[in-house]
Amino acid sequence: MNLLQTTKLTKHFGETHAVDGVDFTVNEGEVLALIGSNGAGKTSLVNVVSGLLRPDSGSIVFRGADVTDLSVHDRIHAGIARSFQLVNLFDQLTLLDNVALSIFSREDLTRKLLALADHHRAVWEEAFEILRQFGLAVSATQLAGGISQGERKLLDVAIAFALRPRLLFLDEPTSGVSTREKAPIMDVITSVVRSNNITAVIIEHDMDVVFKYSDRIVAMHQGSILASGTPDEIRRNEAVTTNLLGAAHA
Amino acid sequence: MSTVPLTLQARSPMKALPWAVPVALLLFALPQAIDPYKTILLAYGLVMGIAALGFNLLLGYTGLLSFGHSAYFGVGAYAVALIFKYFHVRSMELFLLGAILASLVVSALFGFVCVRYTRIFFGILTLALSQVLWSLAFKFYPITGGTDGLRVPTPTLLGLPLDTAGDKILFLARNYYYYVLGFFFACVLVMWVIVNSPFGKALQAIRDNETRAEFVGIHIRRYRFVAFLVSGVFTGIAGALWVPLNGLTTPDILYWPFSGEIVFMTVLGGFRTFSGPIFGAVVFNYLKTSAVGFTTYWQALLGAILVFLVLALPGGIVGTVVQLFPMLKKRFSR
Amino acid sequence: MDILVIHLFNALLYASVLFLIAGGLSLIYGVMRIVNLAHGNLYAFGAYVTAWVVGQALAGAHPVILYLLLPAGAFAAALLGAILEPTLLRPFYRRAEEYQLLVTFGLLMILEDLMRFFWGPYPLTATSLFEKMGSLKIGESVYPRYNLLVISIGVLAAGFLWAFVYKTRFGVVLRATSQDMRRASAMGVNVNRVYIQAFTIGCFMAGLGGAIVVPGQSAVLGMGVDALVLAFVVVVVGGLGSLEGALVGALIVGIVREFGVSVFPEVELAVLYLIAVVVLLVRPAGLFGRTA
Repeated sequence: MNLLQTTKLTKHFGETHAVDGVDFTVNEGEVLALIGSNGAGKTSLVNVVSGLLRPDSGSIVFRGADVTDLSVHDRIHAGIARSFQLVNLFDQLTLLDNVALSIFSREDLTRKLLALADHHRAVWEEAFEILRQFGLAVSATQLAGGISQGERKLLDVAIAFALRPRLLFLDEPTSGVSTREKAPIMDVITSVVRSNNITAVIIEHDMDVVFKYSDRIVAMHQGSILASGTPDEIRRNEAVTTNLLGAAHA
Repeated sequence: MSTVPLTLQARSPMKALPWAVPVALLLFALPQAIDPYKTILLAYGLVMGIAALGFNLLLGYTGLLSFGHSAYFGVGAYAVALIFKYFHVRSMELFLLGAILASLVVSALFGFVCVRYTRIFFGILTLALSQVLWSLAFKFYPITGGTDGLRVPTPTLLGLPLDTAGDKILFLARNYYYYVLGFFFACVLVMWVIVNSPFGKALQAIRDNETRAEFVGIHIRRYRFVAFLVSGVFTGIAGALWVPLNGLTTPDILYWPFSGEIVFMTVLGGFRTFSGPIFGAVVFNYLKTSAVGFTTYWQALLGAILVFLVLALPGGIVGTVVQLFPMLKKRFSR
Repeated sequence: MDILVIHLFNALLYASVLFLIAGGLSLIYGVMRIVNLAHGNLYAFGAYVTAWVVGQALAGAHPVILYLLLPAGAFAAALLGAILEPTLLRPFYRRAEEYQLLVTFGLLMILEDLMRFFWGPYPLTATSLFEKMGSLKIGESVYPRYNLLVISIGVLAAGFLWAFVYKTRFGVVLRATSQDMRRASAMGVNVNRVYIQAFTIGCFMAGLGGAIVVPGQSAVLGMGVDALVLAFVVVVVGGLGSLEGALVGALIVGIVREFGVSVFPEVELAVLYLIAVVVLLVRPAGLFGRTA
């Protein structure tokens, strides 16, 4: 069943056709990798679907409902969450606070202003459990501004995950960390996503990572979808190899 | 899972209790030990503390610098003066009720406009709006008395009859001081709950990273608006409590340099801490009073202190103390 | 008809002074991204210096000399700016905006008292310059010639500034820095020098505003604080950082004020502030501002 379906989705920046009439489908339960060279339109597509950018035209249907004109926060509550390539954290709050905030928001508790946050024990226990799953429990009471880059990347994903979304976009979850750290980070993320039955779309540059962790791959080029298929199909796809893999995988 | 409660206990806001209780007792006992004038000065400080607390919900917790908080303070004060002038009421409770309603209405109107902006534009817009009120208070002489202001006599407290033969100074230093102290405690408690509530966490998230806050599902403008309302009402309450101490309401408290003073005291105490603005307000009040007594050029003295503060101690008094004595902090956190 | 002309002149008079103050504020913001809350005090400083210098020279000096002394306040304000920028403001460019506002607010308090220290609490005047020029007959009415001088100075200043920013090499550097400080710096522009120059020019303009205003009205304590808020209205209406905006904003405020004083005196100031609010709501960047 289609979880998400975009129709003729378009976003231009002046002369640049960042997203050019894209029909993009995400199926329930899959881990999908979105690949393409720099400037192919991957991040723009995710930005439009997640609500950071307004599309010029086209529509986005999520779980049968048109979400094209929903605000970001309404989209979050509808079940679409995302992480960021350049991490976006609450630097002056602790790791626990960072994750707990997502839970408070998800449970519609953030509007409570005359009750102590600490009295919601279940929220903090869940937040701690999420940090544990992401291997961040030891730093739980540290400020998010003071942890390592690898931990920051994980925390960014953990914040999005704590919203318990139906669909989770991960924008280059391993960019900016050392090669040695990439595999452990992806292991953690994919195991959490799969064990919780979350549908995920991962933007990734590293082809080894893509082939290893995804069920399906969508390749983008110059704002359009070039090909879509299983990792094996994509590996054998001529258009993809000449345009994308050729350079990186020769 | 047994580690969870431990981790949570270590960061509980309850750790504030060990020093909040002695300070409260001290504030309660002080009028017995110091002379009435000093007590009244302290009452001024506590009143400004309420205003600074309200102001800092925006600056310290939401990341919005208002340069127009004189508006809500002034609205609270003028509400009292006008209620007395037109309804001849002398009950402090009715005064406060009127001040709360008036500051709620004005901060709702101003907040609706202002929360669309952040950073410098938020500052300028709040300033411009506060000056609308100032110019009205300044020009509508028949209603506001213009620069002469409006006189307000001693109010009745809790419906108790006024001892008309009583000494006004003594009334302010005893009855009214404890009245202010009661409101001060209530305001501190309420604000403390607010900043430690899920809502307060959401505000801090907006302060740290607006985009991400939106992406965890927070309707930013709405939260800023509510913070603006709470902030305005706190400052309005302070304005109302200030009137009996001063006995006179003039447009000066609506003029924008007064907003600057509220910013000043908050930064003096430290806007990154909860108690900073309160300390800052009390200290600023003593500082200003002694500087005024000490030199004609008290303003330059205060200005130099402000510049020094921003240059050398951006954490303010409380922020710097916390930084200097990490051991102290650790001890309290156990 | 005469009345209309006089109202028009008054509006222009007011706009000229406001343009000088607000233009300086806007220039400084445009280049340095700093809102100087003490800017109004530099205007007041210019007024005090000119009044004082003219007062000192009054006895026996040739009238022409007196008029030549008029810009003294502008140069004094420029000098003050050239001292303040590198010493007080420079450490704050990398800090958050809150700190910049606070430090300039501290500066405002200091400057206010410095003027009280040097010139005392009483108003300082230079009315002889105003009186000596006499009046002009406009139909049935008379109008002070000095006010026309102020208007011409305002027009000249606007023209000079335009030529300076758009026709000189320095103007190119100034605009490049204001558009992208980092890129300008990478292209070899000495940003520190541009900053001190921009700040000095901005202060010169404010000081000139004070200098030309003081023969018509006296220099008093608090005039800077009053002027700053009006300058804010001008730059908010015109667009913070835009000189064209400051010009149009000053004209709008000048006209509304002149019209307001005679038609709705009680709410004249409130209307001005409300105009600023409405413009911010409809066009957040002001009429001529770059959209953020």
